Amino acid sequence: MAADTRSLLQVSGLRKTFGAVKATDGVDLNLIEGEVHALIGPNGAGKSTLIAQLCGELRPDAGTITFDGVDVTALPAHLRARKGLSRSFQITELCPDFSALENVMLSLTLTSGRAFQAWSDPRRDPKLMTAAQHWLEEVGLAERANTRVSDLAHGEKRQVELAVALARAPRLLLLDEPMAGMGVEESARMTQLLLGLKRRYTILLVEHDMDAVFALADRLTVLVYGRTIFTGTPEEVRNHPEVRAAYLGEEAC
Amino acid sequence: MTTLDSRRPVAPSASWTRIEMSRSAWAALFGLLVLVLVPTGAELAGTPYAINLVTRFMIYGLAAVSLDLVLGYGAMVSFGHAMFFGLGGYVTAIVAHHALEAGPLFGWSGSMQALVVWPLALACCALLGAGVGYLALRTRGVQFIMITLAFGQLVYFVLMSLKVYGGDDGLMMSQRNVVPGLDLEKPVVFFYVCLALLVIWTFLCSRIVASRFGMVLQALRQSERRTINLGAAPTPYRLSAFVLSAMGTGLAGALWANFAGLVTPDMASWTKSGELMAIVIFGGVGTLLGPIAGAAVFLGLEELLASWTEHWMLVMGPILVLVVLAGRNGLFGRWLGGAHGR
Repeated sequence: MAADTRSLLQVSGLRKTFGAVKATDGVDLNLIEGEVHALIGPNGAGKSTLIAQLCGELRPDAGTITFDGVDVTALPAHLRARKGLSRSFQITELCPDFSALENVMLSLTLTSGRAFQAWSDPRRDPKLMTAAQHWLEEVGLAERANTRVSDLAHGEKRQVELAVALARAPRLLLLDEPMAGMGVEESARMTQLLLGLKRRYTILLVEHDMDAVFALADRLTVLVYGRTIFTGTPEEVRNHPEVRAAYLGEEAC
Repeated sequence: MTTLDSRRPVAPSASWTRIEMSRSAWAALFGLLVLVLVPTGAELAGTPYAINLVTRFMIYGLAAVSLDLVLGYGAMVSFGHAMFFGLGGYVTAIVAHHALEAGPLFGWSGSMQALVVWPLALACCALLGAGVGYLALRTRGVQFIMITLAFGQLVYFVLMSLKVYGGDDGLMMSQRNVVPGLDLEKPVVFFYVCLALLVIWTFLCSRIVASRFGMVLQALRQSERRTINLGAAPTPYRLSAFVLSAMGTGLAGALWANFAGLVTPDMASWTKSGELMAIVIFGGVGTLLGPIAGAAVFLGLEELLASWTEHWMLVMGPILVLVVLAGRNGLFGRWLGGAHGR
C-alpha cells in the first residue's frame, strides 16, 4: 500500500436513520486506488444500507462521499455509474429474459453512452459481441453465452453478475456478497476468480465468507451497529480484541 | 484470468434471439402475403364486404402494435390509450369539418390533404403523449394504470363537451382525406394505404425494440435496479416509447375517422382502452405481430358472435378468460417468442 496511496473513495461522517434505527451512524471509510478492501460485520450491521448510499440508491442524512476527488453525495445512482462506479448485487439483479451475452452487451452499451440509438441492432455489432464474449470468458462462462439468464444455475448467474460489473472497465468495483448462496466449491472458484482481478481494479468487497475475505483483502473495515469500529490489515483485524468479540468469535481464531 | 477451461469460442448463430426472430420474420411475410391477397380474394368470392372488414382489423392492429410497444416492451400498463385513438380521429375530422362545412379555424381554412392532416394528428398525439407520459411516469404499477385511465377519461369528457363538434353525437366526416394520385374513397385503395402504413409502422417498431434503445427499454422492464446502476436514467427511455406509442395509436385514430366517416367520444372511452389492451393480451404481449393477429381474431370473433346473438359478450368474455388462463403469452405469443419469456 505504501507505494500508491491515492484515495479513490472517501466517506466521512455518513449518517442515515430510519425512524429510531441508526442504520449508518458515522461511517468513515477510505479506499486506496488498487486495493481490495473488505467490509465485514454481523447481520444487521448496516452493510446493505451503506452500499446503497455508496452507489446512490439512498441519500444519506449527513456526511459526504467523495469519489475520485469529486463530491458525489447528491449524485443519483445512474450518474455515479457513469463516473465509473460499478456494482454487483447481493441478490442477483440481471435481465432474466436476455441471454448472458446480452446482459453484458447491455452493460457495454450503457458504458459508451450511445444507448439512445433506435435503429441498429446491437446483436449485429461484431465489435460489441466480441467484447461481451471476452468478459464472459474472463469469468469462465463463455460457453453459456447464449443461454437465457433465467435458465442459468445460481452460481452461473453470479458469474454473469461479475461479468456485467467488469465489462464497464470500472474505476471502483462494489461487490455485494459475490459468494451469496454459493456452495463451498463454487465459493472457492469465485475466490480464485476475484484473486485474478486483484491489482487490476479497486474493489470494495462485502462478504460473509471469512475464508474468502482473508484470502482476498488487503485491508478490512469492520462495521458494527452502523459504525466503523476498526480498519486494518487482515492480521491486525484477526488480533483485535474488540473485533473478535463483536464478530469473529472463536471459529476464525 | 479464469480458472475454468471454458475458452472455446461459441458460434454466435446459436443465439435464441436470432432463431425466434427468423420465425417471426417468416410469420410477418406470411401475414403480409395473406393481406395483400385479401382484396383479390374478396372480389373473386363475391364478398367485397370482406375488404372493409379486414381494413378494420388492420386499423385496430396498428393501434394494438403501438400499445404493445409500451405494454409489452416497456411494461407500462396504459389504461388510457384510447385517448390517442380518439384525439387522432378528432383532429382529422375537425380539420375536415372546417375545410368542408364550417368556417376557418383560427384563420386556417382547414385541409383535406392527408399529407398535411395526418402528420398534424400525429403531432397532437405526440404532445398529449409527452404530457400524460411525463406525469404518469412519476408513478409505478397500479398508480400508473389509474393516472393513464384518469387522463383517458378527461379526454373523453372533453370530447363529449365539444358541442361545436357534435358533443356526444360525434362529428361526421363526409369525405375521406386526399392523397395525390390515390382515390381513398375506393375501399381497395384505402385498404392498401392502411396495409402500407401498418407494415411501415410495424417494421419501424420491430427495429426500435431490437435496437440499443429497445434493449435498454426492455432491460428497464426486467430489472430496473440493474439498469439504473449501469448508468441509464429510466424516464427518457420510457417517455420516448410512450410518445411513439401515442403517435401510432393516433395514426390508427386518423385512419379510423376516414374509414368510418364518423368520430365519436366513444373512441376515447375507457372501454375502448380496455378493448385495445384485450387485443394485445389476446394476441401475445411483447410480440408486435401477435397483437395484429389478435386484432383480427378478436374483431372477427366479435363480428361472428354478434351476428349470432346480441348477447355476444356472454360468449366473448369466457373465451378471453380461457386464452389468458391457457398461457400468459396469448394466442400467438408462445409461437412468436415474445419479450416475456417463452
